[in-house]
Amino acid sequence: MLRLLRRLGRPLGKVIEQLGRIAAFTGHILAVTVHPPLRLREFVDEVFKAGVLSILIICVSGMAVGMVLGLQGYNTLVRFGAENSLGAVVGLSLIREMGPVLTALLTTGRAGSAVTAEIGAMKATEQLDGLRMMAVDPIDYVIRPKAWAMVVAMPLLSALFIVAGIAGGYLVGVVLMGIDSGTFLSSLENAVDFDDDVAGSILKSVIFGTLVGLISTYRGYSATPTSAGVSAATTSTVVLASVSVLIFDYFITALWRV
Amino acid sequence: MNASPTRDFFVGLFVLAGLLALAYMSFSIGNLQYKGTGGLQVFATFDQIAGLKPKAPVEIAGVKVGQVIGISLDDTYRARVDLDLDKDLQLPIDSSAAIVTAGLLGDRYIQLTPGAEETFLQPGEQIAYTESALVMERLIGKFLVNVDDKPEEKADKPAAHDP
Repeated sequence: MLRLLRRLGRPLGKVIEQLGRIAAFTGHILAVTVHPPLRLREFVDEVFKAGVLSILIICVSGMAVGMVLGLQGYNTLVRFGAENSLGAVVGLSLIREMGPVLTALLTTGRAGSAVTAEIGAMKATEQLDGLRMMAVDPIDYVIRPKAWAMVVAMPLLSALFIVAGIAGGYLVGVVLMGIDSGTFLSSLENAVDFDDDVAGSILKSVIFGTLVGLISTYRGYSATPTSAGVSAATTSTVVLASVSVLIFDYFITALWRV
Repeated sequence: MNASPTRDFFVGLFVLAGLLALAYMSFSIGNLQYKGTGGLQVFATFDQIAGLKPKAPVEIAGVKVGQVIGISLDDTYRARVDLDLDKDLQLPIDSSAAIVTAGLLGDRYIQLTPGAEETFLQPGEQIAYTESALVMERLIGKFLVNVDDKPEEKADKPAAHDP
């Protein structure tokens, strides 16, 4: 009985230990954030890597998702003679769910994994220790710009995804299927409300950006400093970030009804 | 990493494009607008509002002049609907409010019909004349009951309406 309890307790203890480490890591990032210097140079470079280089994949995916939504929505709605509300279907599903979630998943794969691999490789080649030797805090110099760049880039990428998606839906609905352009846009604008839908979408993408930024930097920072360790950390970033984005998405939706 | 003007330019462009997309989402699609308080706030009570929701538009002759800001139950168990109308709208005190539906199954909104009095509604006053929402199920129910009452009459006189 005692052994059983002990066996149950050990993994739980590990989970709590991990959570505590992540919390301390987060606290460390926040603490160095409020201290000058601002390190704007590094931050802008990280926004370039996480944001600018992701634009193409985000816009192409957004367009494709919007076109599929337009086609599927049209084929379903036309059975009820309700194809005029295609704009509402495409807009609401993109703004409330697809935009923030798919952007977070794509950015995890495109940029989050790269962040983990970069930090992990720096750790394996003892560059982080080198920084410490020069009295430079690696969390301040390396981690902080990467984590914040993800938080800032995510809502912007999500907005681009949504606009590209609406363009894709418009293309299929109006140009291909012949719905009236004004009908499509007015159903879109009537259905979407700022307080209910758009604000929630922005909130979601900021939270997802924080999650992906924290997980990818933490996994790199805590990677075992070997080639196998870096590869395991990169895999675990993608898995953990994707799963936690999807789980958080459910709870944000349930708690705030967005 | 080396400082590179091209890279900075692209980061700036990315932030600008993202903000533009956010603005399009918020203002054009989401209809976000600065709502100054102090519009003409009046209320009306209805027997039946049947699915009217806050933020539903208020229209006069099809032109949007305000929106529903609150729905509650008053002391006499009637529905009290608070309206926020344009500040400079002058509404005669004998105007009437009706809850109507856009299309057969569309959203409900409030239609105001201006009256002919010379005095105008002041903030906080009540629109006295109201017309409740039509409930489709109730109409269909009444129609079915009426049909059931006299089926043989119809069968006997198929050409009753002929001159």
